[in-house]
Order: sequence, then C-alpha cells, then structure tokens
Amino acid sequence: MASPSYQDIQAGAEIAPRQYQVTRRDLVRYAGASGDFNVIHWNERIAKSVGLPNVIAHGMLTMALAGRYLTEWAGDPGAVTEFGVRFSSPVVVPDDDKGAMVEIAGAVTGKLDGNQVTVEITARSGDAKVLTRAHAVVRLATV
Amino acid sequence: MAINPDYAGRTFEPSEPYEVSRVKIAEFATAIGEPSPLCRDRAAAQAAGYPDVIAPPTFAIVVTSAGNSKLMSDPDLGVNYAMIVHGEQSFTHTRPLHAGDIVVAQSTIESIKQVRNMTTMAMVTEVRTVDGEHVCTARSTLVERGA
Repeated sequence: MASPSYQDIQAGAEIAPRQYQVTRRDLVRYAGASGDFNVIHWNERIAKSVGLPNVIAHGMLTMALAGRYLTEWAGDPGAVTEFGVRFSSPVVVPDDDKGAMVEIAGAVTGKLDGNQVTVEITARSGDAKVLTRAHAVVRLATV
Repeated sequence: MAINPDYAGRTFEPSEPYEVSRVKIAEFATAIGEPSPLCRDRAAAQAAGYPDVIAPPTFAIVVTSAGNSKLMSDPDLGVNYAMIVHGEQSFTHTRPLHAGDIVVAQSTIESIKQVRNMTTMAMVTEVRTVDGEHVCTARSTLVERGA
C-alpha cells in the first residue's frame, strides 16, 4: 500500500480498516517485550478470580496495534507525534488457536501545519468498542 | 485497601537512566507486529533521516513503566495490580525514541479519585534524555476496581 502524501490527503478520507488477531502467544510475547507481567494477561485462574471473563489483552497491546495501523498507513514508525486512547472495554482472549480479533478503522479529521493530519480511530473486538476517544496526530510524507 | 490518596500531587525523583537498545526496539516491534525496517535496520533508519533505528510510538510505555516501577510497587501507595485496569493513555512525542538514547522518566501523580467502588489515578510522566532534551510526555489513568 502506497503511503499517502500530505498534499493529496483531505479531511474525511477514510483509512482502510484492518484486522489483527491476538492470541495467548501474542500476550506472552508482549508481556516479555514490554515488561508488563500483570497476571490478568496470562493467568486465566487469577483473571477469573478477580471478576474478569477470561485473560484479557494488555490495553497497551491494543493501543500498539492501533499505533501500527497508523504507522503502516503513514509508512514511518516515527510519524505518530500525538496519540491518545481510552480503554473502554477489555479484549478478552480465550485459550484457543484463534484468540481474539481486533478490527481497527480510522479517518482523517483535519489537516495541521507541519505536514501533519489529525486522525480518529475506532477499535472493536467482537461486539465491544475496545478503544474510544482514540485520536492521533500523524506526520505524512510530502510529494 | 485502595490507592493512598495522600500521593495525589506528588512529583517523584527522575528515574535511573534507561538506555534504549536496538535489540529492545526490534523485540518490541516484533511483539506488536510492526514490520518496518526502520525499527530494525540502522542503515534504513539513517536513510530515512533518523540517527539510528527508531521505536514505535507506544514503545515509550516501556521507558515510563521501567521508570515508575519502584514508585508503583511502593506498599504505601497501595496499588493492587490484579485489580488494576488501564483507563486511558496518551503520548506526545517531540521526536521518536531511537537506539542509543539514554533517557530518564519523571512522574507526577496528578490526581487520585474515588468514584463508587473504583479508584482512578492520573499520572503524567516526562521522558527526557540525560542531557535534558524532551522526548515524550506520557499520560496514564489507572483504574483500581473495588474488591
């Protein structure tokens, strides 16, 4: 997918939605890479004992997938200058080979100086909105 | 037991320096499925105008978590991790973190509020190089669910 250029992009442009699979293996890998070993992200017994439906993904993994959605779109992992989300619902990850599916979509909401655009993102898993108030500022390439 | 409200408004000492390594950036990029060579290949990152491989935007949480680990495990603050969920998170980057950066994180607990049986704690963490260059401001809200 070619990266969009700042000149060509307009407010209202939609970014193609993408789906990201999240399995228990991904949670273990993210725990190691991030240093977040909270038991609710890998221990079903404890997750259920504290009232969760099952093991849940790290909110920061969900946010990282949304970040990747943006950086892959912009073509540069350094392009996201501002990024904020609210974790509205957990991504529940069952102990099977499919895990959970996170679907991310976005749209350009405005153009800023410095070749930057504002983007609004939605992220769902099953019937739940897993991120809300998800906004970013992304610097785009110029032609 | 809940988070100690006496900690609201407190600014903590800067963390020990954290050295951002190429290996850690690549490990993190792989864990989140970020495919870019700019996270793995120094020559590719330099061709794109960066001094070395760069970190994805949410990598900053690795630095802030490491910097806050002592504070967050302080028994007087009283955080019960199994009951914590992440409420909100944001990052404002002055520039991407890159391999070779040596940074410190300094945190302030902005508020601790009790709402019904939940306690929310809002924190802001400034990430700067050891030379004082601002790299990132991270804001987190943690929610401790009541037992």
